[in-house]
Amino acid sequence: MLHTVAVLVENNPGVLARVAGLFSRRGFNIDSLAVGRTDDPAISRMTIVVEGDHRTLEQVTKQLHKLVDVIKINDITEEAHVERELVMIKVIADRTTKLEIMQIADVFRAKIVDFGPKTLTLEATGTEDKVNALEEALRPYSIKELMRTGKIAMLRGAKYTSLK
Amino acid sequence: MEITVAEALVRCLEMEDVDLVFGYPGGSILPVYDALYNSENIKHILTRHEQGAAHAASGYSRATGKVAVCMSTSGPGATNLVTGIANAYMDSIPMVCITGQVSTLQVGTDAFQEVDITGITMPIVKHSYLLKDPKQLPSVIKKAFHIASTGRPGPVVIDLPRDVQDVKINFEYPKQTELSGYNPTYKGHPSQVAKAAKLIKNSKRPVIYAGGGVINSGASETLLQLAETISAPVVNTLMGLGTIPGDHPLSLGMLGLHGARYANLAVTNCDLLIAVGARFDDRVTGKIAAFAPDAEVIHIDIDPAEIGKNVISHLPIVGDTKTVLQALLKKIEPQENKGWFEQVQNWKKEHPITYSRRTENLKPQRVVERVYQYTNGQSVVATDVGQHQMWAVQYYKFNRPRGLVTSGGLGCMGFGLPGAIGAQIGRPNESVVLISGDGSFQMSMNELATAAEQNLPLKIFILNNHRLGMVRQLQEFYCDKRYMAVDFQFNLDFAALAELYGMRGYKVTSEDELEEVLPKVFDQPGAVIVNCLIDEQENVMPMVRAGKGIGE
Ligand SMILES: Cc1ncc(C[n+]2csc(CCOP(=O)(O)OP(=O)(O)O)c2C)c(N)n1
Repeated sequence: MLHTVAVLVENNPGVLARVAGLFSRRGFNIDSLAVGRTDDPAISRMTIVVEGDHRTLEQVTKQLHKLVDVIKINDITEEAHVERELVMIKVIADRTTKLEIMQIADVFRAKIVDFGPKTLTLEATGTEDKVNALEEALRPYSIKELMRTGKIAMLRGAKYTSLK
Repeated sequence: MEITVAEALVRCLEMEDVDLVFGYPGGSILPVYDALYNSENIKHILTRHEQGAAHAASGYSRATGKVAVCMSTSGPGATNLVTGIANAYMDSIPMVCITGQVSTLQVGTDAFQEVDITGITMPIVKHSYLLKDPKQLPSVIKKAFHIASTGRPGPVVIDLPRDVQDVKINFEYPKQTELSGYNPTYKGHPSQVAKAAKLIKNSKRPVIYAGGGVINSGASETLLQLAETISAPVVNTLMGLGTIPGDHPLSLGMLGLHGARYANLAVTNCDLLIAVGARFDDRVTGKIAAFAPDAEVIHIDIDPAEIGKNVISHLPIVGDTKTVLQALLKKIEPQENKGWFEQVQNWKKEHPITYSRRTENLKPQRVVERVYQYTNGQSVVATDVGQHQMWAVQYYKFNRPRGLVTSGGLGCMGFGLPGAIGAQIGRPNESVVLISGDGSFQMSMNELATAAEQNLPLKIFILNNHRLGMVRQLQEFYCDKRYMAVDFQFNLDFAALAELYGMRGYKVTSEDELEEVLPKVFDQPGAVIVNCLIDEQENVMPMVRAGKGIGE
């Protein structure tokens, strides 16, 4: 099962290597990892999607906690949360297919961010499912490149992972 | 007052009450050594290899409980520390390792003697720092000592670029550290402790399984009190030996792969296993499913990640072992468990750890047994890794904590001599014995020069079988006696070697010779090497076969 874990870390050099190294060394599988700074520039936040049963997750959490740079960990999988992922997709498009692709973009509320003579580049945000569906919908049109940021996630309502 | 970072480092070490560092100099750490030149409080022990410095620091810490410091230059100096750091990490030994690094502008350019030592050591340190901002030096040192010595102890690496060492800073040593992500739990949760008391009360066949965490936390006396109060026999991990006196009626010695049969039977048949500062290592458990199959497990450990890692515990208590045991003691009442005690004593009689003395050859077990008797069990014993290590711990009874200095988790050959050096330096007024094998000894015998230089009166027994005995034993059992790369064709006269280093050297080949030599070894003040030519066929017994449960 996939778990979504929110991790606050000190924004120290090497912290990403420590976290990534821990996962590979202990044999945990990372599905995606997104990282960026928070409103406090000294603190970064990672959203890690990791595969495993409850026991694995318990180990992941405990081992992460052992890293001195890790401040807080929240497995938010089972809690109400908002999650988003950003995707950019470049598709080959000629005059006839451009219109179809733009219609698909419309359905998924994706934006056209680049309009080339032979290509269209779409940008979309949404849950993993939505992004997957968009990818499937565009597959018949010869995708030239595609990249996803990995999921970021936040608890809903009054609950939070920050230190405040 | 403004001083250089290198000078500040020395001041920081003095503030941490460090009076000793083990190390080996080089270009990238020149300023630090220059600052050490002026220090009246810190003695530097020059080893003959950086690995020796790391191992000696580790031996010093194991024997004293203090945070040990080792240092080296960048590149090869730093990589030579790596095995010693891993060894300390696996056994939770508090160490601060300081490495020189090429100048900040050169970092990342493959400069001469540049290696990414914080990267290389990342999986084998508790934490590490690459110091780029000179002003941070005092707080980094403060944090390093704090992290190394608190919670579950471990090694911390500090990498100091050459140019940073020369920068002048305003020196002030912080009184406290702030580490928002580091906050070890010391006090066990009261309701968990209460539950543990209840489990103990309801148990008829309790066993205490005590590891190195008990020694690290100074909990040995408290543990003994618990054992005596509830009449529970105590089995030890290799790292836990000495937590209860080895000759105590409740002590069952080491369990696991080469543990006593009675220790393994007690664990297999207990109804309550109280694990204290131990981590259910595979050398201890054998086949997990057959480990303490009828028992409820209470697991007391300061490291929450150990709980549930290898074995599911019914009642985890996260906390410092001493603090938790003290709290537990307040909640329990004396228990006799008479039938169980007798059962265990019967197993002890039925399955003693023994060896056959019938052959002409000198038995390694006899050597250890006699050393034990001759020293009244009062020596600090360091070992290397192999058969001799197992014989050492089977036949030397450790009557106090920190009496055994050995490489447990890493099983690191070559630790013995430098480990013994560190132990002897840490405990100058006590007898330190090294029990080594001819293979392991040759991995670190360059450090004999260090021992000689420091005038250390080490008593070194090499249980010499002219082979890598432990591996040969494995090949005998698991490779159909196809012996590959385990017999030495060239053998060394270790007694003659001793003379070269200004030590006494003896060779013994029989029990009679052993008896003759023992007084000569122990009744004179200097260092001695005894080359014991032992029965080459001897195996370590008992032995739990691969994949089997320890009770089978
Ligand atoms: C650094 C290192 N290399 C290899 C091994 C694998 N190993 C374990 S025991 C052993 C043989 C040890 O031989 P010796 O020191 O002579 O002791 P003996 O077993 O003969 O008593 C070896 C090679 C090890 N533990 N450590």
